[in-house]
Amino acid sequence: MSGRWLAGKAAAAVVTLVFVIVFNFFLFRVMGDPTTQFTRIPNITPTELADLRSDYGLDKPLLTGQFVDYIGDTASFDLGTSQRSRRAVWTEIKDALPWTLLLVGVGTLLATLIGSWLGVIAATRRGRNSDNGLLGFSLFTYAAPEYWIGIILILVFAFWIPILPAGLQMTPGVEFSSWVSEVTDVAEHLILPATAMTLMLLGQYFLIMRSSMVDVLTEDFITVKRATGLPWDRVVSRHAVPNALLPLVTLSAIQFGAVVGGAITIETIFSWPGLGELTFQAINDKDFPVLQGVFLVFSAGVIFANLLADCLYFYLDPRVKAD
Amino acid sequence: MSGTATPAGLDARAAAGAPVELADERLRDVLLGTWRGRISVGLLGFFIFIAIFGSLLAPDDPYASSLDVLAPPSWAHPLGTTEQGSDVLSQLLVGARVSIVVGFAAAAISALLGSIVGLTGGYLGGWPDRILDALENWFLVIPALPLMIVLARLLDPSLGVLILVIGLTSWAGTGRIVRAQVLTLRERAFVERAKALGAGDTYVIRTHILPNTLPLIFANTVLIVAVAILSEAALSFLGLGDPSRISWGTMLENAFDSGAPSAEAWWYVIPPGLCITLLVLSVSVIGFLFEEHINPRLRDDR
Repeated sequence: MSGRWLAGKAAAAVVTLVFVIVFNFFLFRVMGDPTTQFTRIPNITPTELADLRSDYGLDKPLLTGQFVDYIGDTASFDLGTSQRSRRAVWTEIKDALPWTLLLVGVGTLLATLIGSWLGVIAATRRGRNSDNGLLGFSLFTYAAPEYWIGIILILVFAFWIPILPAGLQMTPGVEFSSWVSEVTDVAEHLILPATAMTLMLLGQYFLIMRSSMVDVLTEDFITVKRATGLPWDRVVSRHAVPNALLPLVTLSAIQFGAVVGGAITIETIFSWPGLGELTFQAINDKDFPVLQGVFLVFSAGVIFANLLADCLYFYLDPRVKAD
Repeated sequence: MSGTATPAGLDARAAAGAPVELADERLRDVLLGTWRGRISVGLLGFFIFIAIFGSLLAPDDPYASSLDVLAPPSWAHPLGTTEQGSDVLSQLLVGARVSIVVGFAAAAISALLGSIVGLTGGYLGGWPDRILDALENWFLVIPALPLMIVLARLLDPSLGVLILVIGLTSWAGTGRIVRAQVLTLRERAFVERAKALGAGDTYVIRTHILPNTLPLIFANTVLIVAVAILSEAALSFLGLGDPSRISWGTMLENAFDSGAPSAEAWWYVIPPGLCITLLVLSVSVIGFLFEEHINPRLRDDR
């Protein structure tokens, strides 16, 4: 891999991020004058309104004042103040981010491993009952809304057979005797939302891996490898699977958007205190500074994931040459 | 592996630019030739029928409330009642319309945009690709659901707004996949060979790039219909649907908000989600059958 190509990709990612920041500003300013929020405050006087406007810098000119301020603040991680909690947006995001990373990380990891593993199995048994069964299962989990799966999980495992908590990230008001019991408690709370997340992502990984494997298995070199007398398992694991990974890499980058969507709905129904629930609350309360900040963090995450996928893609397919 | 018997023949066909057609008389065989196809076409037809005539078939007024709150299934209410005491079955029948209309209309907008942008950028390369790729990146980096939520809230929610918002925000994935495929195809020997023999861009796109990309476009149109139906449901679930209409997403929202899980009101929770799932499922299977037909390498030789 040439270093120059990598540097170019990294530079492009930075440019994309900068444009997201710019877009973010105009999207939220175009959406409406934030002061309309203040006019909802009961009995607000014009003087107080003017004070608020100047507190938020909204009396400055849009481009030369507000926009310049916004860029400077964003660069120093000052994302404004939440209109709901009055806390710094960056603080709220910092508190929420680890919970989302935990949920999303566990869900994605399980979905990738299980999904692609099942995909390989199905492709090598194409047309048989096990393939049809796996295809049906994956299609079902892909088609099912993740929050619906989540609600059913809550109904079944939190109320019908009450063995797992219905929500939150840990039991409230409990002094944990050791970090082991704390981790166990969090893990217990993680099981249901992570299951919902895994089931949501599983189907796509399975379908892509299966169809990619089916494609690769019809290539000439597989026939040649088989003709040399190499055991079938080895042909699959050493020659077919590595060549079938390419679409999976493209998918994982694209999936990140779906992951964000899933984080919003799943965290909402499980009251999981991550970025998704923060987003949902901000949307409900029209808390634009928080929305803006969460948007930025989500976008930065996707840009970084895309950069990683590009690197992997180039590494895996020498046919794609960097311009 | 049954499929390994003919790759040489397929490569020759591809190199010769054999056109891949979806002839009308074959269409029926493709869709109705397998039991999976028959079930899926039947299901989709059933949902379309419900979408058209659901409001006439509904046994009760879906909006009528009663004191019979969160009641389990009975003769009077085959699928029980909601937290308002409304008939779940009637709401279910009326709710089909929103999913069908929004899903297909938004997918049409989205598939067209994604295919055009991905194909153009991937094949042309250079600065058009950079601009189109940047555009795609735009819609990819801005997470779709939050963007849809913001737009849906900005504009007053209605069916038209839902269609537009979902269509305009969900095409980038298709564009990206199509582009990646075209990029790889462009470097393949048979394309270089055709170009070396003096083939023009239109010829190469028509005979080499498009036939080898169509399966992906079809597969992705399936994904988009699915994504559009699921997006509508998610937006409605989050309370951003058309407020004047019942949809399956709205039903799930009401069920969750009213504590149906803790009341173990499975009759209220399961049907709307199951309908969404079966609708998405039937559309997906139909899409896969098209894909198998267009790309014979995917076909199961049985």
